[in-house]
Amino acid sequence: MNMKEYINTGSKDTRSGFGEALLELGKQDDRVVALCADLTGSLKMDDFANAFPERFFEVGIAEANMICIAAGLTIGGKIPFAGSFANFVTGRVYDQIRQCIAYSDKNVKICASHAGITLGEDGATHQIMEDIGLMKMLPNMIVVNPCDFNQTKAATFAVAKHRGPVYLRFGRPKVPNFTQPDMPFEIGKAILMNEGADVTIAATGHMVWHALEATRMLEAKGISAEVLDIHTIKPLDKEAILNSIKKTGCIVTAEEHMMNGGLGDSIAQLLCREFPAPLEMVAVDDRFGESGQPDELLKKFGLDAGHILAMAVKVVARK
Amino acid sequence: MLSVKKLQDISNQVRRDIIRMTHMAGSGHPGGALGAADFLVTLYYEFMKPDPNGFTMDGTEEDIFFLSNGHVSALWYSVLARYGYFGIKELGTFRRMGSRLQGHPSIIDGLPGIRVASGSLGMGLSVATGAALAKKLNNDNHLVYLMLGDGELEEGQNWEALMFASAWKVDNLIAVIDYNGQQIDGPVEKVMDLGNLRAKLEAFGWHVIEMYGNDIPDILEKMKESIANLHKGKPVIVIMTTHMGFGVKFMLDNHKWHGVPPNDDEAKQALAQLDETLGDF
Repeated sequence: MNMKEYINTGSKDTRSGFGEALLELGKQDDRVVALCADLTGSLKMDDFANAFPERFFEVGIAEANMICIAAGLTIGGKIPFAGSFANFVTGRVYDQIRQCIAYSDKNVKICASHAGITLGEDGATHQIMEDIGLMKMLPNMIVVNPCDFNQTKAATFAVAKHRGPVYLRFGRPKVPNFTQPDMPFEIGKAILMNEGADVTIAATGHMVWHALEATRMLEAKGISAEVLDIHTIKPLDKEAILNSIKKTGCIVTAEEHMMNGGLGDSIAQLLCREFPAPLEMVAVDDRFGESGQPDELLKKFGLDAGHILAMAVKVVARK
Repeated sequence: MLSVKKLQDISNQVRRDIIRMTHMAGSGHPGGALGAADFLVTLYYEFMKPDPNGFTMDGTEEDIFFLSNGHVSALWYSVLARYGYFGIKELGTFRRMGSRLQGHPSIIDGLPGIRVASGSLGMGLSVATGAALAKKLNNDNHLVYLMLGDGELEEGQNWEALMFASAWKVDNLIAVIDYNGQQIDGPVEKVMDLGNLRAKLEAFGWHVIEMYGNDIPDILEKMKESIANLHKGKPVIVIMTTHMGFGVKFMLDNHKWHGVPPNDDEAKQALAQLDETLGDF
C-alpha cells in the first residue's frame, strides 16, 4: 500500500484560518457577532472587528464577563464567537461556561487560540494542556481541534452552522498547511488521511502532520500505518476508530494535550468498552509546560513524529 | 393598571407559595424570596407585562427579566405560575426529582419564562448585558431587567460587567440589587462590607436609584423613574432595600432563613400571617 502524499503548501498559523473564516461569516450572516478580551490581533479577529465594528465587542481583560455576555447575546438570536487564549477561555472561566453556556445550551462558539505547548515562549502559565478534557466533560459541548489552516477555516464555517455550544481549539505557530481547501468538514466525522494495515494513528490538531511524517518513517521500516484526523474529539467518531482498529489491531493516539482528559483518554475508554486492543498515547504525561520554541518543546515533551514512530513500533509489538 | 391593593394581594399569595413550596420540598431559600416578592410581582404585572403564552427564548419585542441570585427560585417560579406561564399546580413539584422547577433556575425541559440557568453567583449582570446588546443590534426598544443579590456583589465578575455596561453605554438595562443586608454567614456588612455602595456604582458610571422594595407605591414610583432615565447613555441600577423574610415576623431580617425551609410548625405559623388571596396551589 503506497502512502498518500501530503504537500505542505506553505506554513500558516491555524488561528489565521479562523480569522479569515470569521470575516467571511460576518459578511454572510449578520447574526454573527464576535467578542474578544484584549487579544484581538492574536486571535486574528481584527479583520472582523474592522469590517463590523457594531458587531464586535472588546470586553477588555475580563474573560468571565465575556463568556456570559456571549451567552446573553444568543438571547436575541445572535451567534457569538468569543475568543481568547485557550487557557483564558476554559480553565479561567469554567463555571461561567458550565452554567451559562453548556447547561443553558447556548449557541456560543468558544474560540481558543494558542492552545497547547506550541504557544511557546510564554511558558506554562499560558500553555494549557487540560482544555480538551475540561470542555469534553461538559454535557452539550462539542469539542473541535482542527489540524491546519485550511481545516481550521472549514471548521469555523461548520461550527457556525451547528446550533449549540462549541469549543473550537487552534494554535499560535505557523505549521504545515496540507489539507485541501475544499476538503469537506463534518463535525464528528473523522477523516481517513492514509490507509494502512498494521497500526492506526489517531491524531488531532497540530499532531496530524507529525502523524503523517511518522507514517513515512514507519513505511521505511515496513510498518503500514493508517492515519485518522480526529478533528472532533466530542462527539467522537467511534465508528471510524473501531473500523480502523478492527483492521489494524492496535492504535497510537497523538495530541498536544495532557494524557488525562484528552483524545487518547476518550479512545481508551471506547476500546475498553467495545474492542480491547493495545493502545499507546503520545501526549503530555502529567506535567506543566515551559518556555521555549514550539518545535523544541514538541520534541522535549515527546510530541513529534519521532515519538509517534516509537510508540507505533511499541504498540505493534504488543499485538 | 392594577391597584396597589391587588398587587399586595398577589404578593401575599406569592409569599404563601414560597412558604408552602420550601416547606413541602424540605429545602430551599425562603428568606430572600419573601423579601423580593413585592418587587418581582410589581415588575411582571405593572412594568414588563410579557405574554405568558407566547414565550420565546429570544424574547424579541418584549421586556425580559433575568434572575442572577438564582437561589430565590421559589419566588420566580411562583410569579411565573401566577402570571400564567404554567399551571400553579406545578409549584408543588419544586425541587423534586423530575421537576422543571429545579432547585436553581434552569432551562431544562423548557420551563417557559426562563432563559438561562443561574445559581452560581455573579454571572447574571453579564448575561443581561449581552441580552441588552442583542436588543440594540436588533433595534428592539424593549428593556432588559435583572435582579441580583447584595452579597452576590462580592463576586468580582459583577464589577467587570458594571465597567463594561457603562463603557458600552448599555442604556436599555435596569439592574436591581436586592439589598436585604443578609447572606449565609451573617449580615453583609460583617461578612464583606460593601462600603458606600451608591458611590461605587456611580463611580462605575451607572445612574443609581434607591428604592424601598417592600412598599409597592415606592416600587411603582422608582421603577418609573428608572425607566425614564434609560436611553440616555447610562445603564440604570437600583439599590432596592428589602427585608429578608418580609411578611413572616419570625423570619424578618434574619440571615438564618437564607437557606432553611420552615418545619411543620413554622410553616403553619407563617401561613397564619399571610392571607390566601388567590387560592393556594
